[in-house]
Amino acid sequence: MANVLEMVGVVKRFGPVVALNGLDFSVEAGEVHGFLGPNGSGKSTTIRLLLGMLRANAGSIRVLGLDPWRDVSSLHRRLAYVPGDVALWPNLTGGEVIDLLGRLQGGQDLARRAQLLELFDLDPTKKSRAYSKGNRQKVALVAALATDAELFLLDEPTSGLDPLMEEAFRGCIRELRNQGRTVLLSSHILSEAEALSDRVSIIREGRVVETGRLDELRHLTRTSVTADVAVVPAGLDALPGVHDVVVRNHRVSAQVEPSGLAPFMRALTDAGLVALTSQPPTLEDLFLRHYGAAVPVAAAGSSSGRTADA
Amino acid sequence: MRETLAGTGVLIRLGLRRDRWLLPAWIAGFAATTYSTAVAGAELYPDVGSRVEAATALNATASLVALFGRVYDPTSLGALSLIKYTAFMAAILAVLMVFITVRHTRSDEESGRLELLGGGRMGRDAPLAAALTISFGASIVLGLVTAVSLAAGGLPAAGSIAFGLGWAATGMAFSAVAGVTAQLTASARAATGMSLGVVAVTYALRAVGDLAEPGPSALSWLSPIGWNQQIRAFAGDQWWVLALPLALCALLVPVALALRARRDLGSGLRQERPGPARGSLRGVGDLAVRLQFRLLAAWAVAFVVFGVVIGSLAGNVTDLLSSPNAQDLIMMLGGTQAMTDAFIAAEISIMGLLAAAYGLSAASRLRDEETDGHVEALLGTATTRPRWATSHFALALAGVAVLMLLAGVSVGAGAATVLADANQLGRVTLAAAAQIPAAWVMTAAVLAVFGWAPRLTGTVWALLLLFVALGEFGVLWNAPEWLMELSPFRHSPLLPLDSGAVGPLLGLTVTAAALAALGYAGWRRRDLAP
Repeated sequence: MANVLEMVGVVKRFGPVVALNGLDFSVEAGEVHGFLGPNGSGKSTTIRLLLGMLRANAGSIRVLGLDPWRDVSSLHRRLAYVPGDVALWPNLTGGEVIDLLGRLQGGQDLARRAQLLELFDLDPTKKSRAYSKGNRQKVALVAALATDAELFLLDEPTSGLDPLMEEAFRGCIRELRNQGRTVLLSSHILSEAEALSDRVSIIREGRVVETGRLDELRHLTRTSVTADVAVVPAGLDALPGVHDVVVRNHRVSAQVEPSGLAPFMRALTDAGLVALTSQPPTLEDLFLRHYGAAVPVAAAGSSSGRTADA
Repeated sequence: MRETLAGTGVLIRLGLRRDRWLLPAWIAGFAATTYSTAVAGAELYPDVGSRVEAATALNATASLVALFGRVYDPTSLGALSLIKYTAFMAAILAVLMVFITVRHTRSDEESGRLELLGGGRMGRDAPLAAALTISFGASIVLGLVTAVSLAAGGLPAAGSIAFGLGWAATGMAFSAVAGVTAQLTASARAATGMSLGVVAVTYALRAVGDLAEPGPSALSWLSPIGWNQQIRAFAGDQWWVLALPLALCALLVPVALALRARRDLGSGLRQERPGPARGSLRGVGDLAVRLQFRLLAAWAVAFVVFGVVIGSLAGNVTDLLSSPNAQDLIMMLGGTQAMTDAFIAAEISIMGLLAAAYGLSAASRLRDEETDGHVEALLGTATTRPRWATSHFALALAGVAVLMLLAGVSVGAGAATVLADANQLGRVTLAAAAQIPAAWVMTAAVLAVFGWAPRLTGTVWALLLLFVALGEFGVLWNAPEWLMELSPFRHSPLLPLDSGAVGPLLGLTVTAAALAALGYAGWRRRDLAP
């Protein structure tokens, strides 16, 4: 499928600080692409480059076939953007801001606007000063989602939303995908990206270190297996691709690489397998693979047991 | 310490850290100005005779009394030399203290910074207490440094101390005023505007009061700026008057604290009413007008009032100016022709400076919108950078023009009535219009700095102050000619206008256009820098 967005070898420096260090990144038409990374990894910088708000020091950037630095007006007419930190004019109401942004964008669907206000339970008559962070975010979301854009750039759009609103947001994103629109969804909330994304890219220290479909990426990491056996066999931790073996009475748990699954299961079966639970790797596990070094051991241990939040 | 004041010390340290350049620079600026004036005054009026002559002429000139006040002891060198400092500079000091107080109270509250700190061990009254401690402290230090500078400049010690303490008490009084207004409205801009309105009204009160014969009327005694004049430093040193601004502080600070106790963090006293669910703003131009209209309207009202007062004083000028020294004084204020013209020219050029200040603040909104993060939402739409920048810049230029035309018409109408000469309306309006290009140069300078060094946008204010100071005191200070020539205001043609005015006006307009082009070029190529 064609790429609607392509960045090759992009470098962005702020004085001595290198924010993006040879970033290669692409998003295909019609997909929801999760853009993952912790705070300060370069997600917002990347999105601002895609919008022409920052100028790259090196590399090439094409969005919808256009140069975001030069073709601002024609490009932005075709995309919608929700900033990570939504700042509104304190003495304008939410409704006024939505209409202003919609008009600047080249028009919005009024029926859709009304529908979104209802969905997000947003009072458009309140002055922006009185909105909470979540409500300010909703204003930006409604303004963006009510437009007829081909590409949506959403920078941590749910960071201020409560769980109910997050669910409403997910519904909107699925709707966009069904309509064949492209969404770039930056987030550090893995479950959210996992629930919504066709593909994900993981950014670390200004580079994309991993990109692909979730099921592809899962092959790169380990399955968490817990089994009850009659007799615990010796030498489990010597098997290739088997890690972190913990034995408690008759219960064995371990982290197993894809290549090690077959021999590990064979050993368990031979030992008289009674019960078995296995968890596919979550994005959290993927994430930890790249950031693991920086994460305390306790956090790594507790997160591997969490199931994916669909 | 009371629970509601917990954390005040931390906030004071934080505030001083944030103001570590601003405050010393201002205090040094005030001190240097007073010192050089004390020194220059001694050269200008070497003997009692020259002083009496100048002071008598000044006291007899209604427009100067309205603008600066009276010299209460014609033989006193200090009272005469510092005539521009008891009301005029005191008002500037008041403005500074308003800015500092609001900056540390309502601005921090509006931006959410106080909320961040409020999570820690911070009492409800701590921000206000810290802000007032900083502005009171700054006033006192400024007053003491000024007293030392004046004494070092050769003026009597007692008068120097009275003068310095007068400034200190005036600064404190207006800090307390800002402390109250910061509790009333939810927006820092509105709080600042309200306080500046108080400064303007108190200035006008004493202007009218000072005009009464023989001495100041009760109106002057209603004004904190009037009190500062009635301390009469170097002219009798009425120490007891210092009690008035201090009493005002003692009254206003509890009021501010009581108001604070009645409201929530982030809100004003008045509950926010719901607004329209649908917007009528069609584009960034509409948005700029919406954001800036109130400011411009307030300035416009002030310009018309000021203009009418000035215009109607024009009739007094020629009758009262018999002494050559008074004529010198008027000449020094910028005029070169007949006395009435010189007077009107002087007032119009002051209004030109004020219009430039408006242009500067309106154009600075560009930077404010960027740091507030509003630009990001706008530039995410199909709006281009030049288009957005034009929305505020064009409004700033248009605002400057509107203000000066209003000034011209109101001064001209006043003068035409008083002098019974209908021609005055046209020629004064034209003269006021001739001040527009210089103010545009300063407005465009904001755009130029914004385009290339956005974080330094505020320095254009310093530039404006430098030009104002050079215009007022440059001759007195023996400033080098090339430096004086740098000021665009020096090139503004004055009454009566002739064909020779075309060249400078064209030059100023081209300079403004060049600065604007430079600004656009920078803004098009730079990163967004919130």
